[in-house]
Amino acid sequence: MSVFPKGDFYTRHFQPSGKEETLVVNMGPQHPSTHGVLRIIVELDGEYILRCEPVLGYVHRMHEKMGENRSWVQYWPNTGRVDYLHALAWNWAYAGAVEKLAGIEVPERAEYIRVITCELNRVSSHLLWWGAYLLDLGAFTPIMYAFDDREEIMDMLQMPTGSRLTYCYYRFGGVSADLSDEFLKRLSRFIPYLRSRLPMYRDLVTENVILRKRVEDVGHIDEDMCRRYGCTGPVVRGAGVAYDVRKAEPYSVYDRFDFRIPTYPEADAFARYMVRMDEIEESLKIIEQAIATIPDGPYLSKSAPKPKWSAPKGEACFAVEGARGKITYYVASDGGRTPYRVKLRSPSYCNLSCFAEAAKGVILADAVSILGSLDLVIPEIDR
Amino acid sequence: MGVIKEFAEALKGLKSLIVGLGITGKEFAKPGVTVHYPRKVVADKDLVTYRGHIELVGSKNDPAMPPCITCLMCQSVCPSGCIKIIKHPPPKKDPAADKNAPPEAYASGLEPKTKAAPPAKEKPVKTPKGFILDYNYCSLCGLCVQSCPVDSLRFSTEFYIADPSKKAFVYDLMARLKAQAGTATAKEKE
Ligand code: SF4
Ligand code: SF4
Repeated sequence: MSVFPKGDFYTRHFQPSGKEETLVVNMGPQHPSTHGVLRIIVELDGEYILRCEPVLGYVHRMHEKMGENRSWVQYWPNTGRVDYLHALAWNWAYAGAVEKLAGIEVPERAEYIRVITCELNRVSSHLLWWGAYLLDLGAFTPIMYAFDDREEIMDMLQMPTGSRLTYCYYRFGGVSADLSDEFLKRLSRFIPYLRSRLPMYRDLVTENVILRKRVEDVGHIDEDMCRRYGCTGPVVRGAGVAYDVRKAEPYSVYDRFDFRIPTYPEADAFARYMVRMDEIEESLKIIEQAIATIPDGPYLSKSAPKPKWSAPKGEACFAVEGARGKITYYVASDGGRTPYRVKLRSPSYCNLSCFAEAAKGVILADAVSILGSLDLVIPEIDR
Repeated sequence: MGVIKEFAEALKGLKSLIVGLGITGKEFAKPGVTVHYPRKVVADKDLVTYRGHIELVGSKNDPAMPPCITCLMCQSVCPSGCIKIIKHPPPKKDPAADKNAPPEAYASGLEPKTKAAPPAKEKPVKTPKGFILDYNYCSLCGLCVQSCPVDSLRFSTEFYIADPSKKAFVYDLMARLKAQAGTATAKEKE
């Protein structure tokens, strides 16, 4: 034995199975299918996975601790960087938590603006997932179609928010800029366009026999498993449970819109795939209704906090439905200049934790398919 | 029966592949959507809403001077601490004696280091002496622009910026404003 022990902390704790014929390999931290820096230690018997263990923390940025050393308003940019693909949902969760804590009113128009932009962001997130998932499965071209449409969404979201990815758009008591008429016009043109593209997506990929073979009957995550690990979002809806925060505990103005929660009982990777594809349609439906009924008025409440504002004593918790599942912000204040505690509940973290169980005994190539079907955003897991 | 089923499935699969290939073919014939960057650039109208780094706005009377009143709000609200404003030193009782004194430096902290106005008869100069933005750390959140009481800040549409050195991203916004005002007047003269 050399002076330096082999491997790192995680591999040493993973090692002692003692079997001769198995092989322990690292998948990641840099692996194309993890879309970020996630490392999975896998014990392989031939092509089959005996057991595996995700190792996290490579992009840990201390979002919770950062909340404690900056003022309430200064925490805004952080919220957009937790999950960069559905940044507005995180924006919203923070806004909601603080508004609940301080009792700040949000004008009606602002609520509608939030719904429109957040749903648009959800569509773009699902489109990116769609492309990236197929990339994992070895199909390169679909991501180009997805990016073509997503580009249009990003161009549109750039109009009110000013940025294209890590939005910092919502504010306590509203949003930071109004939606222009041009934006609304462009958006109402875009919805039928994207709708007309969806059958193309179906013909190109969903019906494709190769995809079907790779996702059907792969990676079963059933209701019981979801319950044990706390999975939410498309994972739990893919297991046949119609749980969606927008319906379960309606926040903002979601109770005014008519939309369906797509569920599929098969609980495999294909069910999760279909849930997301259907969700794009549902989001478009919500946006359409919101555009039709958006009221006039201010986009930022008059009593919106000033930059030096700090929240009154107390605590609050607010949950929204992100593209990946239930996002929760918990904020506690002792009345001081900075938050006393900011806690983030990220859906990807819970969704990932069931991977080790779901991937037991499958072929390595299927593990990639399972991992992709969970739609993980690694910075969100590490926070 | 099993064989027939297998065949039917294979045929269905084959059809799905051909349909997919048809879509790919159609898309192949369409014009590309990529902007080939160095040869083509994004149209200016698409940049109107783009948030580049912040810049100062010229005031109505003097386009080379911002309406900024050095309230230091932007400096204290910035989460990344990337704005540094240098104030004009407050007028001294005996200006000749303190001529060479260095300008007061303000550490970029959360709390503005404003001092009570000196009891001098001369009116203190409100416009900033220097306005330095360290764009390396800016997160483009827009809080500074939003919190400025006199609307002295806005976002530029600058995004063709790349440099191997970090120093290139420390901008002197006062100089930038002056240069902008200079080109604007030059254009008017033409
Ligand atoms: S945009 Fe945000 S990070 Fe950038 S200078 Fe302004 S306040 Fe600071
Ligand atoms: S730019 Fe605006 S916020 Fe910043 S010091 Fe000047 S007046 Fe105050």
